[in-house]
Amino acid sequence: MYAFDIERPSTIADAVTALQGEDAQALGGGQTLIPTLKQRLAAPSKLVSLSGIGEMQGVCVGDDGAVCIGGATTHATVSREAAAHYPGLAALASHIGDPAVRNRGTIGGSLANNDPAACYPAAALASGATIVTNNREIAADDYFQGMFSTALDEGEVITEVRFPVPQAANYQKFLQPASRFALVGVFVAKYADGVRVAVTGASENGVFRWAEAEAALSADFSASTLDGLNMDADGMIADLHGSSAYRAHLVKVNTKRAVDAAS
Amino acid sequence: MPKDSGIGASPKRREDVRFLTGAGKYTDDINIYGQTYVHFLRADVAHATINSIDTSAAAAMPGVVQIFTGADFEAVGGIPCGWQVTDRFGEPMQEPRHPVIAHGTIRHVGEIVAAVVGETLAQARDAAEAIVLDLTEKPAVVDMKAAAADGSTKVHDDLTSNICYDWGFVEENRDAVDQAIKDAAHVTTLELVNNRLVANPMEPRVAVGEYSRSDDMHTLHTTSQNPHVIRLLMGAFVLGIPEHKLRVVAPDVGGGFGTKIFHYAEEAFCTFAAKAVNRPVKWTSTRSEAFMSDAHGRDHVTKIELAMDADNNFTAVRTETYANMGAYLSTFASSVPTWLHGTLMAGNYKTPLIYVNVKAMFTNTVPVDAYRGAGRPEATFQLERVIDKAARERGVDPIALRRQNFVTEFPYATPVAVEYDTGDYEATMAKLEEIADIGGFAARRAESEKNGKLRGLGVNCYIEACGIAPSNLVGQLGARAGLYDAATVRVNATGSISVMVGAHSHGQGHETSFPQVISEMIGIPEDQIDIVHGDTSKIPFGMGTYGSRSLAVCGSAMVRAAEKVINKAKKIAAHLLEASDADIELKDGQFSVAGTDKSVAWGDVTLAAYVPHNYPLEDIEPGLEETAFYDPANFTYPAGAYACEVEVDPDTGKVTIERFSAADDFGNVINPMIVSGQVHGGIAQGVGQALLENCAYDEDGQLISASYMDYAMPRADDLPFYSVDHSCQTPCTHNPLGVKGCGEAGAIGSPPSVVNAVIDALQSGGKNVTHIDMPMSPSRVWEAMNNA
Repeated sequence: MYAFDIERPSTIADAVTALQGEDAQALGGGQTLIPTLKQRLAAPSKLVSLSGIGEMQGVCVGDDGAVCIGGATTHATVSREAAAHYPGLAALASHIGDPAVRNRGTIGGSLANNDPAACYPAAALASGATIVTNNREIAADDYFQGMFSTALDEGEVITEVRFPVPQAANYQKFLQPASRFALVGVFVAKYADGVRVAVTGASENGVFRWAEAEAALSADFSASTLDGLNMDADGMIADLHGSSAYRAHLVKVNTKRAVDAAS
Repeated sequence: MPKDSGIGASPKRREDVRFLTGAGKYTDDINIYGQTYVHFLRADVAHATINSIDTSAAAAMPGVVQIFTGADFEAVGGIPCGWQVTDRFGEPMQEPRHPVIAHGTIRHVGEIVAAVVGETLAQARDAAEAIVLDLTEKPAVVDMKAAAADGSTKVHDDLTSNICYDWGFVEENRDAVDQAIKDAAHVTTLELVNNRLVANPMEPRVAVGEYSRSDDMHTLHTTSQNPHVIRLLMGAFVLGIPEHKLRVVAPDVGGGFGTKIFHYAEEAFCTFAAKAVNRPVKWTSTRSEAFMSDAHGRDHVTKIELAMDADNNFTAVRTETYANMGAYLSTFASSVPTWLHGTLMAGNYKTPLIYVNVKAMFTNTVPVDAYRGAGRPEATFQLERVIDKAARERGVDPIALRRQNFVTEFPYATPVAVEYDTGDYEATMAKLEEIADIGGFAARRAESEKNGKLRGLGVNCYIEACGIAPSNLVGQLGARAGLYDAATVRVNATGSISVMVGAHSHGQGHETSFPQVISEMIGIPEDQIDIVHGDTSKIPFGMGTYGSRSLAVCGSAMVRAAEKVINKAKKIAAHLLEASDADIELKDGQFSVAGTDKSVAWGDVTLAAYVPHNYPLEDIEPGLEETAFYDPANFTYPAGAYACEVEVDPDTGKVTIERFSAADDFGNVINPMIVSGQVHGGIAQGVGQALLENCAYDEDGQLISASYMDYAMPRADDLPFYSVDHSCQTPCTHNPLGVKGCGEAGAIGSPPSVVNAVIDALQSGGKNVTHIDMPMSPSRVWEAMNNA
């Protein structure tokens, strides 16, 4: 690591102020950032830790019924506290990484980083979640802008994420054998006004919605509805762990399995 | 009733108390007053000419003690190779200089280009970033077959080609084998890859060099499986330090798996630099450095042909293998694809004619050397895969085909130069059929199919040559060292015993199992016996631990030394009991006169040896300490039969191992629990190779599986509960314990059965897949199903 200063504010306002310094960087649970620093692949002058901000912690249910999760809430907390309200989301959180990762990593950190193989982006996009920051609310459909790219401005902090609770949902993750990130992960969420399907791990553009599957499932929420559909391999990631054709194939397999598990 | 101590008992491993409670003392725990830290600047390109290295800005940075480059090591030797292979034309292998620090040319990603010694590691690392390299990149040599072609870029300009050697074994059989294959009723051919692996011991390598001006003494603390071998190689060949001025200490070592056998540049550097800067110099590998500097394993590309007569008797085997050496020859690299591989190509079968051709290739990759099994897994894999393919082609049961061709009479001289002293392959196969419940497979397959899964059963046999090795034999084959071992049994005045052994324990449990042997011989409690290892200043000598040799070779030396001690103690007892030496018996820690009730306790005899007031001083010396060296008469030949059952998800290609069974013949067993543990670990690594582990380079020589994000290690949930058995015991005929060695068997014996099982599963599902290269990742299995 290179040398850096660290601040640990206790309010969102103080964090936002601290992040205005040049080369300042927000630190969530550090599950991506700390290894990056250890590899000397980033050199922020100052880290602003968000873990001491009480108002960004925990899970609650809003007046509209949405599950609201503080931006600095760990995966382990989500898996426990969201279980009664949004079991599909809690199940996803309980399978991110290993216990050490789940006890440190945060939902805000995951969404701000937008790793193309991360789990939370699929849940947020499939749920039509709202990403709440220190100065605005961003719809998930507008938030994800490609691999490691989001609508967040410099110094903007995710303070809360609001998930409308679906009638049924399920996340199917096919593991990349080494990292155990999602080689392909599919989150299916069924709402009164339609079904949303979000795919992570597969695309060179990061998390995306599978429109054809959504249309088919909105008309008939059954796995067999998807039989005639095929995901195009163009634009899918190809690497040591699978070709683009394999990933495209897994999108369909996982979507069907998610529908079976959700219904 | 099972014994609770001595040979055959399973006391819990005493060393685990310190390992599991954080009290182990590893090399990185060693910190010496005045210590400096070295950071190695490593190549990030695979092949380049070094035009210049400008260290001036770096040298001026805070905390920099001294910066070293290849020029500083011109006057010292290169890292040596311990085995000279002679090619099939009678010429010695090509042996390039292996510099401690790259000088003039970079030959693999991760090679050391410069070393910064600093007051702190962070300062050394900061300064390394200020070193300016002027490089001219050259095309990287990665693919072995392309490397062998005329006109290929050469890894070493001063060699005639990239071929280290073209080895034929047994060369005299070449024509006869060709003819037998031509004449065969059926020939099964298989081309396969034995995938390159990274050993990944839990503890990365560490070296701490120390120099004492007062007595001109060098000390190297290092993560080694064999400290005397490091002293020999580094002292005699690299740095020119005589043995009495060089101490090598390998304290607790957190796993080796072969990759900590070898002498590495970092060890020589820290020893050299400690004198140059006159302060201790410490290096602790990061995991990233381990991926690109620990010697890798396997990496063979093979074509094997199995010839049979009309009755399916094996008549000949012919193989052609390209074996990757990497950029330089690591310590035992040249011996792995030859003498540890070609000699095992008979397997458990009485094939009369065998010819093995191996082309060892230099490439711009990390050096490749022994990894758990070393050559024997490569031999077993190709043979057991081609037999399985042959059984399918001939429409016969794969177990029956193996049985039909088993060696059944011992000793058996193979056509590939070794003689199996003993074995019973029918017994281990019968045991396997029992513990694997092979009779119940059909029902389990039906159940899997109900759940939409394809189920497969794969079986294989294996034999290995371990207990390495008879020195006179390996000397004829090119080894540059003897491979005996040594032990000193030091009896203290009050009867407790310290045994100084040349074997090194880094997970094998010697500290528990070796005292069981002494306890059995003398009849005193195991807690009165300690094992001392890992320090050239404390142990007599020793070639270390690898090749499943610790008990068979060093344990034999220990038995010989203990026998000498007992013989002397009997003389003392005879004196105390006023009897004849010949009438003295030792049992349960008591010396007695045969046929009488006269006896004297072990502790009274040992006390007399050190307080010789009433002692036969005119006949024997005081004290009770003996040393023995043991050089084995032959290798030992553990063998067995393994079975794997898998389920394949036809939708995704994902393979899960449902059952794994291993029936091994290790000869006599000292501690069955430790033996089971060794087999468990070996199977985990074999399954890792078969399903998960893949050390991959791109065409530019960049290591693309350079971290755990891309290099898949086996985890607990990848593995089933194993069924292992070692009750089939044909004791080794030529060592005093009748033991054979168990450390590598699991890794040798398991990969073929996994692949055989997957092929069986896919064929049961109507997929005409005859082979999938390891690792059989979900994507590879899916591609194979799709292309079938």
